[in-house]
Amino acid sequence: MLESISMTNEASEETPSLEANSLVYMDNYSTTRTDPRVLDAMLPYFSMHYGNAHSRSHSYGWAAEKGVDTAREQVAALINCKPSDVIFTSGGTESCNLAVKGVSQMYAEKGRHIITTAVEHRSVMDPLRALERGGFDITYLPVDTTGTVDPQSLKDAIREDTIFVSVIFASNEIGTVQDVSAMGAICKEAGVIFHVDACVGLDTETIDVDAMGIDLLSISGHKMYGPMGVGALFVRRRRPRVRLSPQLEGGSQERGMRHGSLNVPGIVGLGKAAQLCLEQRTADRERIRSLRDRMETAFTEGLEEVYVNGHPTSRLPGSLNVSFNYVEGESLMMGMSSVAVSSGSACTSSTLEPSHVMKALGVDEELVHTSIRFSLGRFSTDEEVDRAVEQCLQAARKLREMSPLWEMFKEGIDLASIEWKHD
Amino acid sequence: MAYTDKVIDHFENPRNMGSLDKESTEVGTGIVGAPECGDVMKLQIQVEEGRIVDAKFKTFGCGSAIASSSLATEWVKGMTLEEADSLKNTDIVEELSLPPVKIHCSVLAEEAIKSAIEDYQSKQSSD
Repeated sequence: MLESISMTNEASEETPSLEANSLVYMDNYSTTRTDPRVLDAMLPYFSMHYGNAHSRSHSYGWAAEKGVDTAREQVAALINCKPSDVIFTSGGTESCNLAVKGVSQMYAEKGRHIITTAVEHRSVMDPLRALERGGFDITYLPVDTTGTVDPQSLKDAIREDTIFVSVIFASNEIGTVQDVSAMGAICKEAGVIFHVDACVGLDTETIDVDAMGIDLLSISGHKMYGPMGVGALFVRRRRPRVRLSPQLEGGSQERGMRHGSLNVPGIVGLGKAAQLCLEQRTADRERIRSLRDRMETAFTEGLEEVYVNGHPTSRLPGSLNVSFNYVEGESLMMGMSSVAVSSGSACTSSTLEPSHVMKALGVDEELVHTSIRFSLGRFSTDEEVDRAVEQCLQAARKLREMSPLWEMFKEGIDLASIEWKHD
Repeated sequence: MAYTDKVIDHFENPRNMGSLDKESTEVGTGIVGAPECGDVMKLQIQVEEGRIVDAKFKTFGCGSAIASSSLATEWVKGMTLEEADSLKNTDIVEELSLPPVKIHCSVLAEEAIKSAIEDYQSKQSSD
């Protein structure tokens, strides 16, 4: 006998405090821990309401459908759109791919010019590169040393045959937030479809797709304290009505734009995550920012030759991408191994290429190899900040003692003047 | 990909980290790599009667690079110049169980040794 579904519309309790850990997690732009309240919302959809949301003929299906409908409303409320404008996907990468490929295929007759930025995530960059090889013309707008795109450069780049603009809302690497409102207005005036990759930042920033003139918006569940394996794509239905060529075919789900049975528990989780973000984004923003600022000050005042990457003010509150000059990033991570972070160093990538985002900033390549990304989040605490600062400074000092470059710097040698022996 | 114990050991307890007097005619200094590549190794040897009696290193690079150069100084101590010159990077790879993506660190360490020997020898011939 199917139990009745409890609708969790009441205001959620405070952020649960998590059990203390010997490890400190500061890699929230790679992924976030699933909020316990999200997990609670999901579980009944594995064990009780496990029907296929498209099964029209029985209450298992109706219960699943109801969970999905609620999630659609919750996501819509977060970004100020209609629930029917929200499509569910398997995650941010799929949403970005659907936006890029779906639009380019549908509107290729109209034009083959697409504009994007030099600091996109690979889930936009890679499909665009593939289109380029297939005959599309792609313009990559440059950024300044803070990672900011000048909206004027977008205006200058738009042509008669431009059909699509794709911009990352906030960089997952350096946290810089773009002026998407200005860009949305430019695109609207030019009649060009505007996609924003908002996979990072929805937990603290406010994105209003109407006010900002956004036509497509990619969302990632696991970057906003929801589960992995689920995301969403906002697709505008009116003024303009955006159409997409489906990339996954085999049914008729999601208004014909994304076929396949819905990941009901995942979607319910994404919805709950969206609801929590809406409720606490303002409070979280301030709390996370003050933790980050304290950490940043501890680094810049604790050591010399420390550089912060990203825009000083227009930056995500949890983002702290910092270069400890003369200390290589991977070795620093190894030296503070109980703190989970990332680095832009080439040594940490599987291709041995340094981060393309950091390169686009035009900073010294050495600062790329010495960069560490701390990304604080909802569950970061004061105590964790203290521990991370202590470990990092200790490791950085030790590695400077070990560094021939630090030695040369201390001896007053200008490293730029040296002819290095390398292949 | 977790770091292997040996690589971590060389980082936590580096052997022969430091500097020798680069002006001395008994010392050969090899500096290889480049900051923009993310790898720079400085390896120095002190030679007496054709044998390496001391060796020191300083490295800017990942854990595997630090371990490779640290291991190199450990091995060359007590070797003749000929023996040190014939050290192969593959020996380092095997000892540290370096994965394919880190093999270039061992190559750089081999180059650092050769560069130090070359520097020492050039000082002898100019006397």
